Amino acid sequence: MHEMSLCEGIVQVIEDQAKEQNYKSVVKVWLEIGALAGVEIEALRFGFDVVTKGSVAEDAELEIIKVEGTGWCMPCEKSVFVAERFDACPDCGSYQIQITSGDEMRIKELEVK
Amino acid sequence: MCTVCGCGQGTVDGQKPHSHDHHTHDHSHDHHHGHSHDHPHSHEHEKSPEADAQGDIHFGKGIGGVHIPGIEQSRIVQIEQDILGKNDMYAKGNRQILADKGIFALNLVSSPGSGKTTLLTRTIDDNKDRQAMSVIEGDQQTSNDADRIRETGVKATQVNTGKGCHLDAHMVGHALKQLEPEDGSVLFIENVGNLVCPAAFDLGEAHKVAILSVTEGEDKPIKYPDMFHAADIMILNKTDLLPYLNFDVEKCIDYARQVKSDIRIIQLSATSGEGLEEWYEWIAQGLEKAKQGAA
Repeated sequence: MHEMSLCEGIVQVIEDQAKEQNYKSVVKVWLEIGALAGVEIEALRFGFDVVTKGSVAEDAELEIIKVEGTGWCMPCEKSVFVAERFDACPDCGSYQIQITSGDEMRIKELEVK
Repeated sequence: MCTVCGCGQGTVDGQKPHSHDHHTHDHSHDHHHGHSHDHPHSHEHEKSPEADAQGDIHFGKGIGGVHIPGIEQSRIVQIEQDILGKNDMYAKGNRQILADKGIFALNLVSSPGSGKTTLLTRTIDDNKDRQAMSVIEGDQQTSNDADRIRETGVKATQVNTGKGCHLDAHMVGHALKQLEPEDGSVLFIENVGNLVCPAAFDLGEAHKVAILSVTEGEDKPIKYPDMFHAADIMILNKTDLLPYLNFDVEKCIDYARQVKSDIRIIQLSATSGEGLEEWYEWIAQGLEKAKQGAA
């Protein structure tokens, strides 16, 4: 359940930004979560509801943009789709894949008032 | 709730819902058009109308798609920040402190009961004359592990995470202040026994060390791929028990390499002592590098 800590991190960023960007409440939060980020989306949603209570993001809607995993297959020298970290290259079967996307956990943007 | 005027969507019995002509937005915000926003400022659509190439001004480009005098529309704020940005910032601070002092820091991660603390006490006992060492112990509760470490004579600081399932870089920063590890020493950070959560949290260590014992399943590397991917080295512990178990070492190594093709693997037993030299040698080399970096 490190999703709770992630949510605390999200609220912290939102609260910090509230002062800088001068907003009172958050209507919607867009997160970018990679398929390989090790984040359980349902746990994240649950944690978000709990952690945002009493913050500027209370009752904010959470929109999650999923990012597919991709990696660079070294033997093939090309980018391939990776669903799990232990996936082999779909073309050559090698495990020598450097993950290039899919492990991101980002707060992309907010709709605020 | 309507974000333009604040009215609810509910209806009152016997009354027709009032018309919502400004509800031209269907909440499928079309600003996700994949362009890269590397500028952290806010887009205040509601305050300054946009002028297009011909110089025409458009008041309806706000999120509501309309403009209503006196009623502020909501606006979109570009954030583009990593959720773990704050942790990573603390981790960077820790890494700098450790580098300046020539300290070789290892973040030990495993399931509960894989033998982390036993491996640590043995490692400390066997290397006391070789190098200075200290330990940060992470557990949800109790200082039992730190007590076990202190019995070996080295400095240890216990960090209790309470309900937390992992150490984070902020906790480790505080622990470093408390512990004051010697310059040119090895710092072991024993994380909370958990193969999931600590994977995402950089503490500022040189390497994550994943410890797996042969009494566990050989498929743990693919069951918990994030952790074995984050680790640079995997210790296969309790190898003295292999004759009594159906643990397939080769298969386990294959699984680990599936998740991280260049992961280093050391097989050892903290009880019988087999394989420990390789582990000690690896630590000594890392420490040497850390010292050279600080010099």
